[in-house]
Amino acid sequence: MRRTSSRMAGVALVVVAGLAVAGCSSKSSGGDSTDTGTGGTGSGSLSIQPLVQIDSSGAEVKSSGTGDAADPAGDGKATCSGISLAMAGALTGPNAALGINILNGAKLAAKQHNDANPNCQVDIKQFDTEGDPQKATQVAPSIVGDSSVIGLLGPAFSGETKATGQVFNQNGLLSLTASATNPDLTKNGWSNFFRGLANDAVQGPSVAKYMVNTLKYSKVCVVQDDSDYGVGLAEQITAGLGDAADSSCAAKVKGGDKDFSATVQIVKSADADAVFYAGYYAEAAPFVSQLRSGGVKAAFVSADGTNDPQFVKQAGSASKDAYLSCPCGPAPDKFATDYKAAFNIDPGVYSVEAYDLTTIMLKGIDSGIKDRAGLIDFVKNYDGQGLARHYKWDPTGELASALIWIYQVK
Amino acid sequence: MSALLLTTPVLADGVIGFNVDALAHNFWALTVDGLTYGAIYALVATGYTLVYGVLRLINFAHSEVFMFGMFGQYATLMLLGFAPSGNAYTQGTVMTIVYLGIAMIGGMVVSGGTAVGLERVAYRPLRKRGAPSLAFLITAIGASFVLQEFVHFILPKLTNNELGGANAQQPIILVQPSEQFTFLGASVTNVEIVVVVAALILTFATNQFIVSTKFGRGIRAVAQDPVTATLMGVSRERIIMLTFLIGGVLAGAAALLYTLRVPNGIIYSGGFILGIKAFTAAVLGGIGNLRGALVGGLLLGVMELYGQALFGTEWRDVVAFVLLVLVLMFRPTGILGESLGRARA
Repeated sequence: MRRTSSRMAGVALVVVAGLAVAGCSSKSSGGDSTDTGTGGTGSGSLSIQPLVQIDSSGAEVKSSGTGDAADPAGDGKATCSGISLAMAGALTGPNAALGINILNGAKLAAKQHNDANPNCQVDIKQFDTEGDPQKATQVAPSIVGDSSVIGLLGPAFSGETKATGQVFNQNGLLSLTASATNPDLTKNGWSNFFRGLANDAVQGPSVAKYMVNTLKYSKVCVVQDDSDYGVGLAEQITAGLGDAADSSCAAKVKGGDKDFSATVQIVKSADADAVFYAGYYAEAAPFVSQLRSGGVKAAFVSADGTNDPQFVKQAGSASKDAYLSCPCGPAPDKFATDYKAAFNIDPGVYSVEAYDLTTIMLKGIDSGIKDRAGLIDFVKNYDGQGLARHYKWDPTGELASALIWIYQVK
Repeated sequence: MSALLLTTPVLADGVIGFNVDALAHNFWALTVDGLTYGAIYALVATGYTLVYGVLRLINFAHSEVFMFGMFGQYATLMLLGFAPSGNAYTQGTVMTIVYLGIAMIGGMVVSGGTAVGLERVAYRPLRKRGAPSLAFLITAIGASFVLQEFVHFILPKLTNNELGGANAQQPIILVQPSEQFTFLGASVTNVEIVVVVAALILTFATNQFIVSTKFGRGIRAVAQDPVTATLMGVSRERIIMLTFLIGGVLAGAAALLYTLRVPNGIIYSGGFILGIKAFTAAVLGGIGNLRGALVGGLLLGVMELYGQALFGTEWRDVVAFVLLVLVLMFRPTGILGESLGRARA
């Protein structure tokens, strides 16, 4: 670390030189008045706003109220001991924001439960998978090996869920995901797996129909990344778009890519109405920036993997007007206030779902359940309102009624 | 071009898309983009090539030297008073160039310092103990992880979460790309002009330095025959340090040029893929050969984009490495083949 001091000195020298040359001229950026980067959620005044809730034909559905939502606090008389819940997802790595949203949602529910129930303290144990299926398979044994864990919130992403599902199923551990939306996950015959939101087979066609019927796009380029999530979603979107999907400008990119020159040129020469990106925000942000600086005016539409404040933060003004769908519901005001008070950041995608699903598991624990099999049974028969939606599952582990939200960057 | 001609009949049978239209329509636009990236590859490749020429060491941590450069120029801009916003700053051409110059120097200082520091901490102790070349290789890979995870986990703690961490930095955009002129239907932006011109100037300056200065002669002497060079009064250790410094400084310059192009690419893992590509470019052109790095970089940059248009965007890396394999089959030492030691004035 001896180098550090001389490097710092170098930087300082440069700064002094810079100030001498430039004077202390004030700098202004081209767009709206900018925030100063002190933890603000976006660029200028841009943020992701809920627009409309839609069904599988792309038509608007009015959202139900949250008045009778389940409350993790319960009646305050619950007794339990030595029981914990696990959360598995990306807590570090380029797509960690989604994992952290989920973890915080779960922690908030647990905190409200534990504060109200002094005789039943439930711990949330966190397991970092980095969103990587390989890492997840290494982490999974330590989750099932912890005998105090009777329910799992997660895994967060589809790829890791696919890779680890068998392990959780064999060990009879409830796997309640707040975010894995690949449709095939519920087709494995896993009796322990439940999905707390609509899958891509709902999201894809709903958004596709919304693009065709409401936004009136007639030519859309579908761009996908190489994740299970991106591939599954792109397939659904392309099928849903029908003739509007232009195969000549469909493109595939890789996770970790930052340069999309060829894709931008192909999209540009296609002169499409819109680009649909099936992937995560870490790639979506540079992609939309490069589309805009490459002169592409087509609307940018993407889904839940991109629906994150980080997308707006990193893409800046290039993200303006982008449509972002999500099976996740918007955070109600009271939830947002509590969340902000607890973690000093705004709730993000899946925070509400994580809160709702953790609440359901806590309800199970409060009802006297002490083992893994009991909790699976409890969730299987659950029927109740949450903050985001009504939760009731069909025999495969999908929600009986699944709707999609459309958001827009404004 | 031989690579494409050879591969097309095999791949054209429907398993892989084969879209001549996409290539033909966008040929010049792809060429412009390809040359821009190729110029950045070339600058980073020079660092690989110099170190290999002198030490016969593949410095896999060079991609992280580049990544440190991105953070270096970003930190410099922040210290100059630019707040990250995602919107472009407007302050006239002259001031923009001044700030870009200062940011580039910031990137160069950090990258150069990192490269030299890396040499002293990681490689010199091994050299003193006469470690086998495998030990150097593993150390290089290890150093690469250490530097990445430093930015990932430790830097945010040192800088109050201003720098580093799991997410890319919120961009500071000094130059909004805008079209300057069209070249055979392809629009050429100010950013592309700056990147290519700056990269070419730096590459030629480095070449001149190696070819015609006393230090350059020293580098060539050590590359050709370290023992004799030492006997002739060349300080080998000093030359090695100088070599790492030049490589690092060029990587720092490349880092600034890259962030002009990809302002939201400043992340701890952001050097990895680019580093591998630059290493490929160095081998393609003939590792240990300065001009080879330039030729390899430009060729790789352009071919990757042609290949993506032709076969589909997902085949980018395949195209790059098939090209490498084909070139090495016919010219095992790369296109220009010559080593640094034998490079003549």
